[in-house]
Amino acid sequence: MMRVRSRLALICSLLSGASLLAACSRSEPPTTGAPVTVRRLTEAQYRNAVADIFGNQIVVAGRFDPIVRTAGLLAVGAGRATITPFGVERFAALAHSIARQVVAPGNRELLIPCQPAAPAAGDDGCATLFFQQAGRLLYRRALRPDDIATPLKIARAAAAARQDFYGGLAYGLQVMLTSPEFLFITENAEADPANKDVRRLDGFSRASRLSFMLWNTTPDSTLLAAAEQGELAGQDGLEQQVDRMMGSARFKQGVRAFFTDMLSLDDFSTLEKDTLIYPAFGLAAAEDSREQVLRTLIDELVTRDSDYRDIFTTRRTFMTVPLGMVYRVPATRPGGWAPFEFAADDPRAGIQTQLSFVALHSHPGKSSPTLRGKAIRELLLCQKVPDPPGNVNFDNFNNPNSPNKTARLRLAAHATDPACAGCHKLMDPIGLALENFDGAGQIRLTENGERIDASGDLNGIKFADARGLGQAMREDPAATSCVVRRAYTYAAGRPIDKGERDWLAYLEQSFADDGYRLRPLLRRIALSNALQTISKLKPEPRAGGAT
Amino acid sequence: MSFLIKKPVTRRAVLRGAMGGTTLGVALPFLDCFLSDSGRALASGAPLPVRFGTWFWSMGHTPNHAVHPDASKLAFLEECQSLTPHAAHINYFGQFNSPLDGRPNHVHHTGWVSCRTATAPIAPGDIPAPTIDVLVSDAIGGSTRFKSIDMTCTGNPRDSFTARNTHSRNAGEVSPLALYTRLFGASGDANNAAAKADPDLMLQQSVLSGIGDQRQRFERRLGAADRARLDEYFTSIRQLENQLAVQQRGVPAGAACVRPVAPQDGPIGLEIPVAQANHDAMSQLLVMALACNQTRVFNMAFNNALSSLRRPGTAYTHHTLTHEEAVDQKLGYQPEAFWFNCRVMEALAGFIDKFTRVKEGPGTLLDNTLIFAHAETSYAKLHAVDNIPVMMIGKAGGRLKTGHHIIGHGDPISRIGLTAMQVMGLPVEKWGTGSQQTSKTITEILV
Repeated sequence: MMRVRSRLALICSLLSGASLLAACSRSEPPTTGAPVTVRRLTEAQYRNAVADIFGNQIVVAGRFDPIVRTAGLLAVGAGRATITPFGVERFAALAHSIARQVVAPGNRELLIPCQPAAPAAGDDGCATLFFQQAGRLLYRRALRPDDIATPLKIARAAAAARQDFYGGLAYGLQVMLTSPEFLFITENAEADPANKDVRRLDGFSRASRLSFMLWNTTPDSTLLAAAEQGELAGQDGLEQQVDRMMGSARFKQGVRAFFTDMLSLDDFSTLEKDTLIYPAFGLAAAEDSREQVLRTLIDELVTRDSDYRDIFTTRRTFMTVPLGMVYRVPATRPGGWAPFEFAADDPRAGIQTQLSFVALHSHPGKSSPTLRGKAIRELLLCQKVPDPPGNVNFDNFNNPNSPNKTARLRLAAHATDPACAGCHKLMDPIGLALENFDGAGQIRLTENGERIDASGDLNGIKFADARGLGQAMREDPAATSCVVRRAYTYAAGRPIDKGERDWLAYLEQSFADDGYRLRPLLRRIALSNALQTISKLKPEPRAGGAT
Repeated sequence: MSFLIKKPVTRRAVLRGAMGGTTLGVALPFLDCFLSDSGRALASGAPLPVRFGTWFWSMGHTPNHAVHPDASKLAFLEECQSLTPHAAHINYFGQFNSPLDGRPNHVHHTGWVSCRTATAPIAPGDIPAPTIDVLVSDAIGGSTRFKSIDMTCTGNPRDSFTARNTHSRNAGEVSPLALYTRLFGASGDANNAAAKADPDLMLQQSVLSGIGDQRQRFERRLGAADRARLDEYFTSIRQLENQLAVQQRGVPAGAACVRPVAPQDGPIGLEIPVAQANHDAMSQLLVMALACNQTRVFNMAFNNALSSLRRPGTAYTHHTLTHEEAVDQKLGYQPEAFWFNCRVMEALAGFIDKFTRVKEGPGTLLDNTLIFAHAETSYAKLHAVDNIPVMMIGKAGGRLKTGHHIIGHGDPISRIGLTAMQVMGLPVEKWGTGSQQTSKTITEILV
């Protein structure tokens, strides 16, 4: 930390570029903003919203259309995603199922604020009250009369057809659950009285940004009320809400969602390991390894409020029995999670040595220094590794008859091809440091009988093994810059705009000043003007087709 | 009246050229409105309907071991030996190229995107235009319950090669049991009398119609780009409403339509026996869905673009073998990669076989189908995108001559897709962008 701070201090004292001046100043620099976003709810957001509005007892059973990762995050891809015909079919089926559960006996008493005059007929008054309450939460804003009109009309007709008030109500609720007002987080802008050159998010849109950023779910009634009363436009009201949200138990859910996205943990849904080669790595170990890294991050960054850079060196984590079988360590609490600390001389330290990283970024039956090196560059340092060239000669690499027994030797042969060497220099020296972990993440000292050399370097910092790699990552300014950029991009739900460079420099400096702690970083983003500044819409070209 | 149910298009309207201007100067489209009311025959009495589908595989072929180079006859070599019994139903296309126009070859992506969109993608993951199946389903998919059925045998719904654009990819169904439930489950069987009588269907239509009513109000708040995205959503809503309408009124099923037995809920994944079993089960469901007129368009992906197929207990995947396995000097190829390629072609042969076992009129389902099968590279070891193997399988209702080996002599690969669309009756005069743009039909195979 000292090294980075002193470097910035020196730069601030010597240079006077616009960006650097902004970085050195103590107040938030202005931004030009970006257009409002229209983001499709992610699977997790949909599930959380349903659970928070109607309760955890409502089962959300179904698949969701995948979202394409964009600018490193699914949160940005959600801003480009549409809903395919199959996707609509699935959302309609989910709405059908959820609505029936909501009106079922046992739930209706809790979730419907009134009783119909006659259960075998429609009751506009009671239905209106229910749609007003549920709709406000589902649509994340104050309702207009026409928001209620269609669900009410359908509920009335269905109740008459089925001679069942609750059955009719379910069809009306289905309209709301399948509506674009629910499935797409649609932002609106308004004039900014403080700056006529830009616009700002309206109160409800800001409530949604805050809620999905900090909780990964729909805004609650308190937040919507604050939006409705204009409190989010003022600093005091905004701070009050942000602090309330960060003090809530849901904050951990929000941080988990952020790191799930940043670390591409959604890839676990299709992770496969060959159980003949790695018998210990079954489905339970795969599921637990995903949970393990999230628990580690929450413990370090939320519970302990540690320096973000510690995640690359920490030996603290949590363990289950299935994980213990892969890690080959005793699990102390059968059937559940128990805190665990790797010994000081253990090769494991940092999340990049946990199964969630080394097993996820490997092949089903073997390790991959290249995939691991690429993942460190792209996920943890936000550095793009160029795609492989089209014509590569792989003859020298991993030839089964090759005398080169270790991946290091095979990759060295690969690097003799100039077309490959450029990119492999970025990936291999990092990935090879993790070669003491096989394709399932289990420790090994040799490969094909040859001792593994796990030394390497990261941007000139040399190290001897995986622990050294973690230390080098800890010292690399790219790691802290990366999480700052990802956190802001995630919160805004769009790529960083060129008019936000000063703001990003300021945010990175503030992160350093705050001891690289995640909580102040997220709070600063949530309270920023940058997050609510909106520019004019930029038109985009449409796709072509046959003529 | 439902928002979805549009004013019917008449033959007269088509002949006047009233289809949005797109029919001017091109051959008359073979549109659904040319069918008889029963949906089983042309007004002229010719057999119908004609289906279109794609079958994707990755890692291409082993050079000189797949197809005999002699263009005068179609003769499959050892890697494709399993296709030999079906050679009379296949047109094989070789030496068609995928010009990049200065864009990079995004390995295992550029090839299939060129085949399906006639455009080289700019960036990894980019899908610059609707894929061919989407264009076909837009034209012929509206009268059946499902506009398209998409399947993938890898266990990952993202392994799909059908999209309207980069951010609108049609996810593949991965589970045979889920596919069965969707096609033939109690509430989802268009030919099931109980389903037709379900009053819930009408109410579901009202729900969707109510959402469609929100369109104008909702889109008023959006910019142009977001409006285009939401257009797709509302189109999907309309399509689902149409599905329910079709389900409610029932679809005339072909004589061979039989409700299949529900498959077992088995494993999904990339071990080759698992992928083969799921492919087999989903293919069986697909041919019955076609026979029952549930859909006219389908997409089957046997493996993912970076083929992760593997043999249980081995460290190397199909893809890694293509790059890292040594060429056996005696054999002249990579024996393990070759083994995988053989299994892939066996899967294709099994797929074709299922179409031949469904009788339709005097012929089979295959006679009334056009399967557009292709890879993403020609020789995976080198990531080559020229000479990507493409096949057209089936006679497309008698519109195609089959059993030919067509040599492209370096012509753009888009010629094959253009021809396929024209065979399916689309009013398409030219297709593609840059060097892939073409208006040259492959006339040798047309009846």
